[in-house]
Amino acid sequence: MSASTTRRIEFIAVAVIATLLIVVFPLLNSAGVISNFTLNLWGKYLCYALLAISVDLLWGYTGLLSLGQALFFSLGGYMLGMHLMRMIGDLGQYRKPIPDFLIFLGWTELPTFWKPFSSFPFAAAMVILLPGLVALIFGFLAFRSRIKGVYFSILTQALTYGGSLMFFRNDMLMGGNNGFTDYKFLLGADVRDASTQRALFIATAVTLVLVYLGCSWLSRTKLGLIQRAIRDGENRVLFSGYAAAGFKLFIFVVAALIASVGGALYVPQVGIINPSEMTPDKSLEAVVWVAVGGRGTLVGPVVGAIVVNALKSWATRAYPDLWLFFLGGMFIIVVLFLPGGIVSIPVRIKTWWARRAAANAANSAPVAP
Amino acid sequence: MNFFNRTVRLLAFAALTLGFVAHAADSAGAIIAKAALAETPAQRIETITSLIGSGDESIAGLLAAWKEDALFVYTAPDGSKIPVQLSGDKDDKDSQTATRVDSGKPLLSPAGKPLRLVANELTAVEHTSALRRAMKAVLDLLDLSTPDLKKRISAIQTLGFAQDAEKLAALQARQKIESVPSAQRALREAIALIGLKDANPEVKLASLQELTALHTIGSADALKAALADAEATHHPSLAAAARLALNAVESHLTRVNFFGTLFRGLSLGSILLVVALGLAITFGLMGVINMAHGEMIAVGAYTTYVVQNIFGTGLALSPFGFSFHLPSMNTGGWLYESYFIFALPLSFLSAALVGIAMERTVIQWLYRRPLESLLATWGVSLFLQQFFRRVFGSNNVQVSSPSYLSDNWTFHDIIFGWNRVFVIGFAGLIVLGVWLVLTRTSLGLLIRAVMQNRNMAACMGVRTERVNMLTFGLGSGLAGLAGAFLSQIGNVGPSLGQSYIVDCFMTVVVGGVGNLPGTVVSAFGIGLADQSLQQILLNPVLGKITVLVAIILFLQWRPAGIFVTKSRSLEG
Repeated sequence: MSASTTRRIEFIAVAVIATLLIVVFPLLNSAGVISNFTLNLWGKYLCYALLAISVDLLWGYTGLLSLGQALFFSLGGYMLGMHLMRMIGDLGQYRKPIPDFLIFLGWTELPTFWKPFSSFPFAAAMVILLPGLVALIFGFLAFRSRIKGVYFSILTQALTYGGSLMFFRNDMLMGGNNGFTDYKFLLGADVRDASTQRALFIATAVTLVLVYLGCSWLSRTKLGLIQRAIRDGENRVLFSGYAAAGFKLFIFVVAALIASVGGALYVPQVGIINPSEMTPDKSLEAVVWVAVGGRGTLVGPVVGAIVVNALKSWATRAYPDLWLFFLGGMFIIVVLFLPGGIVSIPVRIKTWWARRAAANAANSAPVAP
Repeated sequence: MNFFNRTVRLLAFAALTLGFVAHAADSAGAIIAKAALAETPAQRIETITSLIGSGDESIAGLLAAWKEDALFVYTAPDGSKIPVQLSGDKDDKDSQTATRVDSGKPLLSPAGKPLRLVANELTAVEHTSALRRAMKAVLDLLDLSTPDLKKRISAIQTLGFAQDAEKLAALQARQKIESVPSAQRALREAIALIGLKDANPEVKLASLQELTALHTIGSADALKAALADAEATHHPSLAAAARLALNAVESHLTRVNFFGTLFRGLSLGSILLVVALGLAITFGLMGVINMAHGEMIAVGAYTTYVVQNIFGTGLALSPFGFSFHLPSMNTGGWLYESYFIFALPLSFLSAALVGIAMERTVIQWLYRRPLESLLATWGVSLFLQQFFRRVFGSNNVQVSSPSYLSDNWTFHDIIFGWNRVFVIGFAGLIVLGVWLVLTRTSLGLLIRAVMQNRNMAACMGVRTERVNMLTFGLGSGLAGLAGAFLSQIGNVGPSLGQSYIVDCFMTVVVGGVGNLPGTVVSAFGIGLADQSLQQILLNPVLGKITVLVAIILFLQWRPAGIFVTKSRSLEG
């Protein structure tokens, strides 16, 4: 099978799945075949898939295991969440024009930094700008001093931990423990309405397909090549005259933006954002999706995010006590026995089959003459 | 028998308050009885007032009964009047047990049998508002003479802060007979505080000078008030003295805060050190990212919990649908308190065994893949956390500290908790022990050889697999020891380990990976920085965030930690 045939097959598969997600599922939903609950659940999975792609772009393609992706994901969520909180207007519990938790904290008018979030374009811009800026500053500092490997993981973990500690505080004025919830409107539409949820699902699916295509294009460019070269032998890249830090920084920021957009799409669909989404554990969970799906591929993270979360939805209902055993066990088994993840299973079966056929042929050969 | 005990106790109290109580020969009960029988209200008040300064425990109950109309005068068949207190449940005839006020023993009929009386048939002893005021004065000063030192000092301080001139006489009287230095000091403070309200500027000045000499933290508010007062009345010498006194208090406070912060920083540093030392071995020397290190701490803490329960009343567990009961030794006293001594080695052993099991099943396949060891061990950590939840429940379990660890020692207003002092000392011992193991034993030699160059060591005939296993066991065991300590300081719950894991990694990374002295320095550095920032920012969470940011910036300056292991290796 030549490279161009593989590309064509991949293109057809993506086109089919994209049509399914963007056109067929929403149509089936409006016809009543797929329930609102199921569509909403899948919308959530697709947001997780975006998060997984951002993890994979760093870990699978560049060799940087970032445990900070949950931070960017929830930062994006918080930025859009602030706009959603403003759109509640005076429909909150206290019937006041500012969010309930601010009244609870004794505020009578809006804090200054909250004011611009009444505008959707501003909030949407902040979804890109804030996580991008955090990633830029942190990445610059980290890559400049050549922090890599496990140290990078530990530092990003600390960054996420610090972020969650900050957002857990009430005087951060970001809702503290409870975060933001109880949204009412987005762009004039009622977020609780089935048609709005459908539109959000379509938006998520479109974003996912675009991100997929973008990353797939990126991996075929020269930059993608350097990216993988950094993963496989950073020192050789350095000695060949490439400034690895700049490439890593670029990828880190791009990955942060993908996670952040995923978070921004996640919040209106799930209806809540709080600091527990920001903990290092959540980052690690996203890493499991990638590991289970198959890292170093673009299909892997999407498959992993959907499979693991579908499993989680089922297991937390059927065996709530055993879910963590499942998750922990999955981690160990995938790392020890299936480093390539689910997407490597067909290849493995094929090699196993070929080897068996070869062995059979070798066994039967001496008998023949 | 009861009567005998009571008499002995009364005698003891009388002896303690001897020389101060006006009627030293009479018990408090007898005086109250006398007051109840007094003919005029004035005599009553006088008799009651004579109780001031007595620390007798029975006074509070008797006076309360009097105020609640539960004190009666019983006229005996021979015409004598006996004050009695009725108590206990009423029977069908509405009668209750009667106790003599003067002696505290049951009222007896001439035949020698206990009498039961009916409240409605007796007259309650009257009380006027003046009498109630006198009683309150007695009750206010009651604790001043109590033999319980802590209670006495707190009573003295309460009186001092109230700055009520009427109580001055009692305080001064007490000052004459008080023999305990700390109580004497509290009395001086209280008298000086009351002196601040005196009309006479001379007395005020003397009080201010006294407070300057004492510089107690509690007197700050009163001094500020006195300063404002002196400035309002344009009394420069008083204002100057007040300022002097305030300065003395404030500089004392700064000193206390400084040394307190230092102590807390040291103790936090020691905890970090004990917790991170195990990680410094598994991560620093072996290069394994053990995310389940926190759960090894929890294993140690839960082992302490189990040992404590075996020494105590046993423990019923019902994990995974089975249920069994751990045996109990039902010990008490010092034997029970010694459980912690047994828990220490056991928590080391149990965590080491769990660590070795983990190394054999999971980690031994991942020595060449550090990032993957991070993921697999995180899986193990989730597994163990859920295991703790299923076995010990999701709530925190109660580990009681032995008395020799739960007490504290106050020195110049700085509180030193024994548990924290103990942690500091023990951290030193553990560091010494680890250093001895690594440098003075053959196992240590093998560990260092394998960690420096695994292949070369294997060529020299070192059984590297076994050394890996033992090293990992040592690191995990140290985490278990840390867990035994944490059980004395904080809560023990399934997610105990999670709260330490980030700090742990930070400590090791800042110290320089593979460098034990670096870990020691960074643990104390982070501990002190954390506590001082908390003191400066007055907010624990903000302090913690600042420390994290500081660490990230520090690693900009020294990416390889405080002490860099020099190496020509490219990846070193």
